[in-house]
Amino acid sequence: MQFDSFQALITMGGHGAYVWFSYATFILVILGLILATAIQRRQVIKHHRRLMRSEAQRHGSGGKTHNASGA
Amino acid sequence: MWQWFHKLGSPKWFFGIAGRLMPWLGWSALIVLTAGVVWGLLFAPADYQQGDSYRIIFIHVPSAYLGQSLYVAMAVAGVVGLVWRMKMADTFIASATAVGAAMTFLALLTGAVWGKPTWGTWWVWDARLTSMLLLLFLYLGVMALRGAMEDPDVRARASAILVIVGVVNIPIIKYSVEWWNTLHQPATIKVTEAPSMPASMWVPLLICLLGFHLLVAWLILWRMRNDILLRERRARWVRDWVLAQ
Repeated sequence: MQFDSFQALITMGGHGAYVWFSYATFILVILGLILATAIQRRQVIKHHRRLMRSEAQRHGSGGKTHNASGA
Repeated sequence: MWQWFHKLGSPKWFFGIAGRLMPWLGWSALIVLTAGVVWGLLFAPADYQQGDSYRIIFIHVPSAYLGQSLYVAMAVAGVVGLVWRMKMADTFIASATAVGAAMTFLALLTGAVWGKPTWGTWWVWDARLTSMLLLLFLYLGVMALRGAMEDPDVRARASAILVIVGVVNIPIIKYSVEWWNTLHQPATIKVTEAPSMPASMWVPLLICLLGFHLLVAWLILWRMRNDILLRERRARWVRDWVLAQ
């Protein structure tokens, strides 16, 4: 351990703000990427479900009702 | 070799293998990155000139490295896509762009924050910093171009060409610190030479570099799986997979 106290770890000899800001941004950017990818996955699955539902509906009613919204 | 290449071009095969690799990559990325960051922040010695501000290196160097190497990988995928019409090449470009842009953004931002206490300025318009900013704009350009195009074939070809043309920027970034006068220091770790820093500093840096690679691989595989699901929406196996979720 390079730092004698918690205080020294936070201030880092006057450079603490620069170092901690960099590491905080790093974590935020990574979490942002993970969140964006998880949302992407959910939307793809939702899209498929809607597509399959609307197709099932069309087949079920003999192709008369073409419901684009899939509701 | 060709059989492997052929398999790699099969979305179904790739989807399965990526799904099996992802947990290993994700968890090892978390462990390796935590180890590297804790070592770098708490246990690596302070620099005799820069004090503790140099600890930014443990995220600055890996993100800058990956920002560039991902772009080169995208250019290779662009060539493969144009020459062999491999669909998975475009899936890779679609999935790696956002990750590469994030890495380049991180490199620029941590560089600016490191520059302030070390050089006395956040930013200079020198060759290294300007060419790195251009790399970020190239990534954003690819994203904008893809967003503007509806037809998947046209989109794949257009973005492959843009990525390939932009790759000329990569050697400019790499050699900018040798060709021109700049505030930025030359590379700290080279494959061909002994590192210019003690092992207590470069070992955690290498661990962080490995952790970043694992993290980026995990994220890109995840995004590629999403892209495959969307692209192969007519395929029977995709529908079965969605129903099983």
